[in-house]
Amino acid sequence: MTKSNGRFGSFGGRFVPETLMNAVLELEKGFEAILDDPTFEIEMRDLLVNYSGRPTPLTFAKRLTEYAGGAEIYLKREDLNHTGAHKINNTIGQALLAKRMGKRKLIAETGAGQHGVASATIAALLGMECKVYMGEEDVRRQAQNVFRMELLGAEVISVTSGSRTLKDATNEAMRAWVAAVEDSFYLIGSAVGPHPYPQMVKYFQRVIGDEARAQMLERTGSLPTDVVACVGGGSNAIGMFTAFIDDQAVKIHGVEAAGKGLDTKEHAASLSIGRPGVLHGSYSYMLHDEHGQIIPAHSISAGLDYPGVGPEHAHLKEIGRVRYTAVTDEEAMEAVKQLCELEGIIPAIESAHALSEAIRLASNGSAAEKILVCLSGRGDKDMETIRAYFQGGI
Amino acid sequence: MTTLAKSFQSNKTNLIPYLVAGYPSKQVTIDLIHLLSEEGVTAIELGVPFSDPVADGPIIQQAAEKALANGVTLADVFSIAQTVREQGNHIPLILFSYYNPLLSYGLNQVARDAAKAGFAGFIVPDLPFEESDELRNQLDQLNMDLVPLVAPTSKERVAKIASTAKGFVYCVSSLGTTGVRQSFASNLDAFLQQVRSNSPVPIAVGFGVSRASQVQELQKKADGVIVGSALVKQVMELEQGLCKKEEKQKSLEQIRVFVKGLLS
Repeated sequence: MTKSNGRFGSFGGRFVPETLMNAVLELEKGFEAILDDPTFEIEMRDLLVNYSGRPTPLTFAKRLTEYAGGAEIYLKREDLNHTGAHKINNTIGQALLAKRMGKRKLIAETGAGQHGVASATIAALLGMECKVYMGEEDVRRQAQNVFRMELLGAEVISVTSGSRTLKDATNEAMRAWVAAVEDSFYLIGSAVGPHPYPQMVKYFQRVIGDEARAQMLERTGSLPTDVVACVGGGSNAIGMFTAFIDDQAVKIHGVEAAGKGLDTKEHAASLSIGRPGVLHGSYSYMLHDEHGQIIPAHSISAGLDYPGVGPEHAHLKEIGRVRYTAVTDEEAMEAVKQLCELEGIIPAIESAHALSEAIRLASNGSAAEKILVCLSGRGDKDMETIRAYFQGGI
Repeated sequence: MTTLAKSFQSNKTNLIPYLVAGYPSKQVTIDLIHLLSEEGVTAIELGVPFSDPVADGPIIQQAAEKALANGVTLADVFSIAQTVREQGNHIPLILFSYYNPLLSYGLNQVARDAAKAGFAGFIVPDLPFEESDELRNQLDQLNMDLVPLVAPTSKERVAKIASTAKGFVYCVSSLGTTGVRQSFASNLDAFLQQVRSNSPVPIAVGFGVSRASQVQELQKKADGVIVGSALVKQVMELEQGLCKKEEKQKSLEQIRVFVKGLLS
């Protein structure tokens, strides 16, 4: 991968309107400057530790392990971050970079609202203006997160174009960025978008895997056999995987949302079912028809309900370093229940996709094996969906 | 000199209108191409409808959505162009498309079929200079131009982009998406001057042009003026009439009045 064109193998790149080109080039320069600047690391570290509560714990899931009856299951507790998910790692990094670049207006997109809340949070902390674009459909489904963002001082803009979900919120955030590119910073929420976003989001999220790898070594004396994370855009996954990519013995699994099944049209499995194309600024796997028109995704989990995926995941699939698989709505909801009842932890439905695959792997594994799962977020935001699902609503 | 660059020399209006291909129907698009040719426009941009048009404002988004709902594909856009040619109209046509529909069609195939349908060039709003070699090579081989865009934010990039341009240079009048607006970038004059001094081909300006006064103002500063959303809006307002056999002619004449008005 070279820095200049932002490719991961053949994936990635910079497919944006010319109006934005200088902004992404300026961002690339700004990002490279902080890589060489220890004072940035100190500033970021301070917020990660003293504001978000890092390092997050590593929990041995004893009863879940017994239930699976095979390998040991360990949970990296990103749900214990401030605002309840890994999203804050990235917003802290990007907002501090925006501040260094002299931009005090943040633009963000959000699906379920987790990235929107994390953006509004950091904007409040740093005294910045924040506009969050959210599909009208999601505004309706996630009313409480809309209220949270507004309470934190952000302006939530309801997007009425297209399918009125995350894909369209991202389109609208990009349009808003084009219009206000001179004084605004686009705080993208996942490892997607034009270069340097996928690299930058990975850099801010890799703390997940770096901590987890050290914690596994310290607690168990060895590396995990398997590492599992859910993949929508893929930011928690790339953050977890990066520390283990060079550990050839560690098997890595990315879990997409199979929605109502990969044999239906209602899923969000860009890597499992899609094919490469250009969406939101980069060349990667995505869901689109034979004519290149984007197909709306489906998942019970709003955070995985996206028809694209970060370009580095496309590359990791292509070179075979990561195995990508998919878990249905039903399987994920079963895993939600298991973690609640066996460990007293309510996971985000996104994270439950990774858990479901981890339980499956553990039950096929031996007691000597260890499976590390990224528990990317907590399920408080999903209460309504979970209640409706188990009461036969959905 | 390519077909597109040449069209600026012989042309009196220097207007380049944009249509969403297949909106409100393939036949109406064909009718509109003939009408615009009769009014002496320089060239016509045919927009390929796309599900996620990030460079476009609400008017073109809506028209594209309707065209997609009617099942319009890139192959249909080629058949529209082919029909126009068969009917003896040789107005220069420019294929305006986001990159993904082109990739899905295959860049080699899309270039061959576009050439066969008589297209003179392409505009791809989400394909910046650095990513454009592959498509440009395909188009070069068939004597079609990849028309580059430059924006007021392009700054030092203008020299690199404009100096290698073929056909013409598309100058974006202001920041933001396509759509009707009241004013252009405050540094528009200096920007257009910068583009002109670097460009071996004509320069045209677009984004937000909707009124005769704006057309006149911009015609003094550039070789061509692009009108997109304002024209699509007219088509949208007359959609019902355009789709009814007995009202079609009257509606087309109303569009003619609008186009003449832009040039008066």
